[in-house]
Amino acid sequence: MEPVSVAPAEVERPDVSEAPFEAPAPDVPWVTLVHNDPVNLMSYVTYVFQTYFGYSKSKAKKLMEDVHYKGRAVVSSGTREEMERDVQAMHGYGLWATLTQDH
Amino acid sequence: MGSHGRWAAFTRVRGGGAAIALDDIEISILRSLTTQLLELVGPGSLPDGADDDPLAALLADGPTEPPKDPALARLFPSAYEQDADAAEFRRFTENDLRARKREDALAVLRTLDGGGPRIELTGDQARQWLGTLNDLRLTLGSRLEVTEEEGNGLDRLDDEDPRKPLMIAYQWFGLLQETLLDVLTAGR
Repeated sequence: MEPVSVAPAEVERPDVSEAPFEAPAPDVPWVTLVHNDPVNLMSYVTYVFQTYFGYSKSKAKKLMEDVHYKGRAVVSSGTREEMERDVQAMHGYGLWATLTQDH
Repeated sequence: MGSHGRWAAFTRVRGGGAAIALDDIEISILRSLTTQLLELVGPGSLPDGADDDPLAALLADGPTEPPKDPALARLFPSAYEQDADAAEFRRFTENDLRARKREDALAVLRTLDGGGPRIELTGDQARQWLGTLNDLRLTLGSRLEVTEEEGNGLDRLDDEDPRKPLMIAYQWFGLLQETLLDVLTAGR
């Protein structure tokens, strides 16, 4: 099976919730979640999102704020293998991250 | 350290590096806590004899259970909510992650070896410092049970409180990390 297409990091992916009638399929994308923690500096989390994912400063800051105020945020999506790579990288930076299949 | 409330900040160096002036006490505190971090992170779980055999160590499976120590559990979190998936992921990634954190901490110690007051870092060394400062803060934050909520009293500890020196170090590392980030992101 072909993996789902990989878009450049900056491109916004369509919101999967817009297609509620599709049955979950094996190629439903996986997502990387970053969870809030009381230690990591907001400036550091923004720096990590800019540096690793190549996101713009405004997008990185928005994601950081989602993590901080909502408790967690989806920071990337793709194949399971890609998300395992992203989670491993986040752990390398000291961020608390998990991956899960998007529903 | 800290009694006068004036801690040094990182400044930019030509070529993408960073520099800071640290006194002997500050250097010894950084050295001591970074050494403790190294001991905490350790080599992880290696099979018998792997110490003498680099190839065996390379091929060795990592642990499948989260570390018992809360600080280590925070440095090496589970990647999945499901235990079986988390164990499998950990088996193939935790040893690499431990090795990288060790390399960063060792790089920090090496840059301190020359003594102060001026510590000058290349861009790569600055990024290794950034990682180790974050690991140090995660470790101290776990030990101090830092929370988001006000009223945990950590910012108003008595001088006799055994947590006070750790809290001062935690705040100092936060300032070091913040000013290092300013240097690394200047012009972005």
